[in-house]
Amino acid sequence: MLSRSLAAKEIMKKLVFGILAPASALGLLAVSALAQQGDAGRGKKMFVDYSCYACHGFSGQNGPGRRLVPMKMANVAFTAYVRSPGTNQMPSYSAKVLTDAQLADIWAYIKTLPDSPEAKDIPLVQQLKAEAGK
Amino acid sequence: MAKLKNTSVGRRGFLKGAAAGAAVSAATLVTPQLTEAQQQGAGRGGRGGGQGGAPQPDGSAIAREDGTARPAPVSRIVENPGSDYMCDVIKALGIEYVSFNPGSSFEGLHESLINYTKNNPEIITCTHEENAVAMAHGYAKACGKPMLALLHGTIGVQHAAMAIYNAYGDRVPIVMIAGVGDTAVPAHTAVDLGAMVRDFVKWDHQPDTLTGVGQALIRAYKLAMTPPMAPVLVTVQAELQMGAMPANRPQVPKFTMPSAPSADLASVRQIAKDLVNATNPRIAAGRVRTQEGMDQLVQLADLLQCPVAGGGDRMTFPNRHPMAGNGAGGAADVILSLEAGGGGGGGRGGAAGGKTIVISTAELLATHNYNINGNGVNGDVYIAADPEATLPALIEEVQKLMTPDKKRLFEDRGKKHAEANRAARATAAEAASVGWNASPVSLARIAAELWPLIKNEDWSYVSPQNFAGNWANRLWDMKKIYHYLGGQGAGGMGYGAPASVGAALANRKNGRISINIQTDGDMNYSPGILWTAAHHRIPLLSIMHNNRGYHQEVMFIARAASIRNRGQENSHIGTRLIDPNIDYAMMAKAYGMYSEGPITDPKDLAPAFKRGIERVKKGEPVMIDVVTQPRG
Ligand code: HEC
Ligand SMILES: Cc1ncc(C[n+]2csc(CCOP(=O)(O)OP(=O)(O)O)c2C)c(N)n1
Ligand SMILES: [Mg+2]
Repeated sequence: MLSRSLAAKEIMKKLVFGILAPASALGLLAVSALAQQGDAGRGKKMFVDYSCYACHGFSGQNGPGRRLVPMKMANVAFTAYVRSPGTNQMPSYSAKVLTDAQLADIWAYIKTLPDSPEAKDIPLVQQLKAEAGK
Repeated sequence: MAKLKNTSVGRRGFLKGAAAGAAVSAATLVTPQLTEAQQQGAGRGGRGGGQGGAPQPDGSAIAREDGTARPAPVSRIVENPGSDYMCDVIKALGIEYVSFNPGSSFEGLHESLINYTKNNPEIITCTHEENAVAMAHGYAKACGKPMLALLHGTIGVQHAAMAIYNAYGDRVPIVMIAGVGDTAVPAHTAVDLGAMVRDFVKWDHQPDTLTGVGQALIRAYKLAMTPPMAPVLVTVQAELQMGAMPANRPQVPKFTMPSAPSADLASVRQIAKDLVNATNPRIAAGRVRTQEGMDQLVQLADLLQCPVAGGGDRMTFPNRHPMAGNGAGGAADVILSLEAGGGGGGGRGGAAGGKTIVISTAELLATHNYNINGNGVNGDVYIAADPEATLPALIEEVQKLMTPDKKRLFEDRGKKHAEANRAARATAAEAASVGWNASPVSLARIAAELWPLIKNEDWSYVSPQNFAGNWANRLWDMKKIYHYLGGQGAGGMGYGAPASVGAALANRKNGRISINIQTDGDMNYSPGILWTAAHHRIPLLSIMHNNRGYHQEVMFIARAASIRNRGQENSHIGTRLIDPNIDYAMMAKAYGMYSEGPITDPKDLAPAFKRGIERVKKGEPVMIDVVTQPRG
């Protein structure tokens, strides 16, 4: 699992630096383009620093927050949600706290997180489910 | 005195004097005059400081504090000390264990326990008074009866305070004795020792005579064990322990346990009518006391075919019984709320628009200062009585009202509830797959891997579940009263580790495997409990839920920072237990306990758990450190 996510991170890094690094030199105008892709490496650190892990788990799917993996939201929808989740359970993050570009990084990182196997593919879970549902 | 303290000559002189058998006060280096009372009663010459007046700090007191004092020479033999009689009473109460951190204010009792009753009841050495009381808390929950905790004058009581408060909030019986009037250190006695915990014990008393101590202990026990149960404190003067028994040895007072208060028959009949005539009745089961109580609740639910919500704290109802859960939809028209709400939490109930019938002892325990029970459960009918004591009569009355038509009707609705509950359980279990392979390890995976290893054993989940995502409740078949013992009572952390060891002590004689999912923050309040478990060979499987922090508080701080629009990047400050990471396997080893970990790959869980359980079955405590996702 760890190696999978590392590999994904590497790919993401290459993508980001290969395609977008020169764009960053263009300054603010390029921000929205950057925001489209995001840097998963930077996002990983911010996922922890900005407490996303606290409610969504290091896995992005364990905890009181909703499951973020697999990340099905587009970057724009993701950013809009995090800006104003519309619930007291999930704190809101303003642009002062996390810029669009930073949120894109976090989004890119979440996309690298491996999904869980399906319950039907885990014999122990099947057994537990059968027992519990007797 | 300062001068004396600073000169090695002074201290050496004192030590020499003490060793030579002279009863000295280091401040003056003269033999103090013993008061009449001291000579006749305590027989502890040389400690200085009279009983009557306020004792002044003196050199011997300082010497005790800095650890250089030696017990004064025995100037008089007391072959029948009062504390022997106290032990007779303690034995008559059927108390099996006495936990304490040693202190001179109860040295008389301590000596009697080892040499008069020959360590029966067994002394459990604790490294902190909070552990001594929290152990008694867990013990009482596991076996339904109190053990005794001894507390040193002032400081021991202060250390114990939070654990007493938790037990009080949890309505759990503990008998405590605190020593008072130890004249060695003025700071260790008080004019009113019980005062500092009086707001969260059910009763405290300081008898003047030895006979009075016997009576007080009996009364304390009865009060502790009569619902609503709670901790009680008897403060016992050092000189009554150390002094000689009167020529006529006092009798152990007669001991008859009162029966628990139950509802009157007219009320019971009305409740039975309401339940039988209801279309959609429900039971909110906050608390039962014993396995019989749980069995009776099953009987009532079977009769009425109505859902029972356990509320999450402690076992009240088998979690896979067809009626366990919220059942099929539809608003309840009658809710029977049994000992719900309060510090123990859970099962609050309350029917919107319907009728709520409360049977609870909550209103029989007036809490001073602390509003432990909140505002309680509001009922349209409120019976101040013990639900368990009332259930047999209620079942009988319901049975009388059953007709073949009613039975058919109830069976039909029961089928719908059972199907809804079954589906909800299956869905809840299936969710264990989320993060199945994640590292750090998910809490679901821990519970899932444990279950096949214990399901054919006699087991008991002894720690709070709420910080571990309640996965055991979702994945395990919990049907005995001891399958889950509930939370802290008043939310005081530092409960989990010692209460688990206390519960495991109670489970030991049944050969039951005790399981503790141990959060890291809780572990660090008083880790010496690991030594207590190892020293007393208390079998317990502790699995660290090591999320490396006070995670609850991480979430709170993150939210606060968000409300202030300041960003969360500092949320780890003051909340996380990292840099350095704590090595719990090494910690356990240091205290003499077998340990493994840290485990980060979920594939390593099952083999480690298997090895751990093997050892626990042989009678050892085991610690397995697992690095975990922050929450369930
Ligand atoms: C204090 C807890 C908490 C923290 C911290 C937190 N979340 Fe959430 N999050 C939640 C909860 C709870 C929900 C679900 C809310 C609901 O059910 O309405 C949620 C929902 C979401 C969703 C919507 C998922 C969906 O499919 O609807 C996204 C996206 C999300 N969080 C991202 C984040 C990110 C990114 C961070 C960090 C920058 C973060 N969260 C930090 C608690 C939290
Ligand atoms: C004596 C005490 N101090 C502080 C708190 C506040 N508090 C509530 S939860 C918590 C975190 C406990 O950490 P841990 O046991 O590791 O559980 P986690 O939240 O990490 O799952 C703290 C400190 C408390 N409840 N009790
Ligand atoms: Mg923790």
